[in-house]
Amino acid sequence: MTFHRLKVAFHRLGSPPTFFRLTRLLPPWLWAGFAVTALIGLYFALYVVPPDYQQGDSFRILYIHVPAAWQALFTYVVMAVLAAIALIWRIRSVEIMAMACAPVGAALTALCLATGSLWGKPMWGTWWAWDARLTSMLVLLFLYLGIMGLYAAFEDRRKGARVACILVLVGLVNIPIIHFSVEWWTTLHQGATIRFFGESRMHSSMLPPLVFMTIAIKLMFGAAILNRAGNDLLDQDRRKNWVGRYLGDKP
Amino acid sequence: MNLNAMRALLLRDLRLAIRHGGESLMPLIFLFAVIILVPLGIGPGPNLLSSIAPGMIWVAALLASLLPLEQLFRPDLDDGTLEQWWVGGRFPVSLVGIRLFSHWLVTGVPVIAFAPLAAEMLYLPDGALPVLLASLLLGTPILSLVGGLAAALTLGTNRGSVLLSILVFPIVVPVLIFATGAVSAAADDLPARAHLGLLGALLILAVTLVPLTATAALRLNIE
Amino acid sequence: MRVLLSAQQATFSRAGEPVFQPVDIEVCGGGMTVIRGDNGAGKTTLLRLLAGILRPSSGRVTRRAGISFMGHGSAVKSELTCRENLDFRRRFAPSRSGMDTSAALARVGLAGHGLRPAITLSAGQKRRLGLACLLVAPTAIWILDEPYASLDDRGCGLVDELLASHLGRDGAVVLSTHQRLPQVKPGAQQLVVKRFRALS
Repeated sequence: MTFHRLKVAFHRLGSPPTFFRLTRLLPPWLWAGFAVTALIGLYFALYVVPPDYQQGDSFRILYIHVPAAWQALFTYVVMAVLAAIALIWRIRSVEIMAMACAPVGAALTALCLATGSLWGKPMWGTWWAWDARLTSMLVLLFLYLGIMGLYAAFEDRRKGARVACILVLVGLVNIPIIHFSVEWWTTLHQGATIRFFGESRMHSSMLPPLVFMTIAIKLMFGAAILNRAGNDLLDQDRRKNWVGRYLGDKP
Repeated sequence: MNLNAMRALLLRDLRLAIRHGGESLMPLIFLFAVIILVPLGIGPGPNLLSSIAPGMIWVAALLASLLPLEQLFRPDLDDGTLEQWWVGGRFPVSLVGIRLFSHWLVTGVPVIAFAPLAAEMLYLPDGALPVLLASLLLGTPILSLVGGLAAALTLGTNRGSVLLSILVFPIVVPVLIFATGAVSAAADDLPARAHLGLLGALLILAVTLVPLTATAALRLNIE
Repeated sequence: MRVLLSAQQATFSRAGEPVFQPVDIEVCGGGMTVIRGDNGAGKTTLLRLLAGILRPSSGRVTRRAGISFMGHGSAVKSELTCRENLDFRRRFAPSRSGMDTSAALARVGLAGHGLRPAITLSAGQKRRLGLACLLVAPTAIWILDEPYASLDDRGCGLVDELLASHLGRDGAVVLSTHQRLPQVKPGAQQLVVKRFRALS
């Protein structure tokens, strides 16, 4: 019964003009929230938190790196839930939302890898190490790229979205296996694995900026996927009447 | 789906593979091309070669399995034999499974059969050969299944082949890790049963999930 | 007469748009429906929908008997000989009461061509081989997409004969055509497919 109500609600949201209005209404607020939380977070991260006695100032990059890594993984979960809903109930707006997640997830994964690499050079003395987490993230990046490539390769965008949604779910089954296998692989090949934070606990003063930055990236993610989904919908429906009306309103 | 249809499809696929002759053997030839290029590229030192042999043989087998994927469903899509599987509103999981099985028979089995030769060329320690064969026996069916899934997903696109490799690569990472882990362990006289057990678990997972998923993907692509 | 195949308000959507206006069909044993319509109106899509290859996006399709479907490609493997193609179709189908392979080849005018690879056949001969598939793996419902395409006059006559004998055995037929109407008694129902146009 609740499922049915949920389905009806989704379908109502699924009407393209309604969904499109939503994708234009929410992002400004989300971007504003992102700006505020990110400024607070960066202020704490760069000025308030004292330098680390071992790493100096270079550890501060973790305030970008860690939230990006968390959100890169969380994006996949969001995308998989949307993909499952899209495949079961065939709701177009949900398909579009799921597909909007992939480029954002890929960007966050790339950000996580790039910041990790920047941090690794002064700390480990190398831009790249075959660390379990780095390798897992690299594989995740390719999974995201594959999903984007598959979606883009279809002329019929709805078909492309549905096929790519299947791949999203296949990837969901695979990510834990990939992660486990890569951990197993590094323990075999490296003896003691280099760990990002070792056994050391974080000092309590380091925590607030991390919380702010995490919230900021989540808000940015919400805004970005809604923007993307809106643009994708506008592009797909460019010959439809409602788009004409929308564009006619704002010449 | 009745067993007769499955048997008919299997026999026809094998007959087509035999009729294609040389084309069906291309993956095997490609595998040996890679195996021959490696010593030419990095030098013929037996120590170095024997230490990289497990990885090289497996990477070569993985790349070779990608080659024939483009042709797995496309000819059948073009001549209208693929859509026959769905006539009457069926969901032909068993036929898709048979097609993937015949793909393994044609591409995986020759690789297993010639693996001892490749192992000899790269100086793989003799003790590791049985484990190499076991890892190939468990691992190459997964390559065929995952590759078949990727072929099913990309069937409706017109630039399948590059996309295919990108889709297969992240999914088969665990296969490569466990398989080469097993062979390397055996080469170092360590037990390989844990690796092979995990590989077997992956095979069971793939056999259970891939035919269903591939059938769903094909269904979308013939629409 | 028993209704073997029916559709109520059935249509199929591609890229979120129905391909043709919803269709109602009822085909009884011994009955035939001819699908007409302009190029691109959605005849092939409708036939694939009726055959079960596609699932209706809205409405419903009910099948109460086995189905044979002959599409554009005639579902012939060009690397196999005519005989191998037919043998495969016989084993692939659930029924076991089909015509003998040689007899089927002779019936469609391909006697003596059994060992020829299908790739050497002309378009019309391929069509004939496709028709022979209907004989070796018999079903009650035939769904034929442009069965007269690329056939000469005698080939078209052959299609009419096959249709007549199938209807005579209480089989049902749905076919599409854009040139020739089947010359078979009793006359066929006609159904015109119209392309879907969104209401503005």
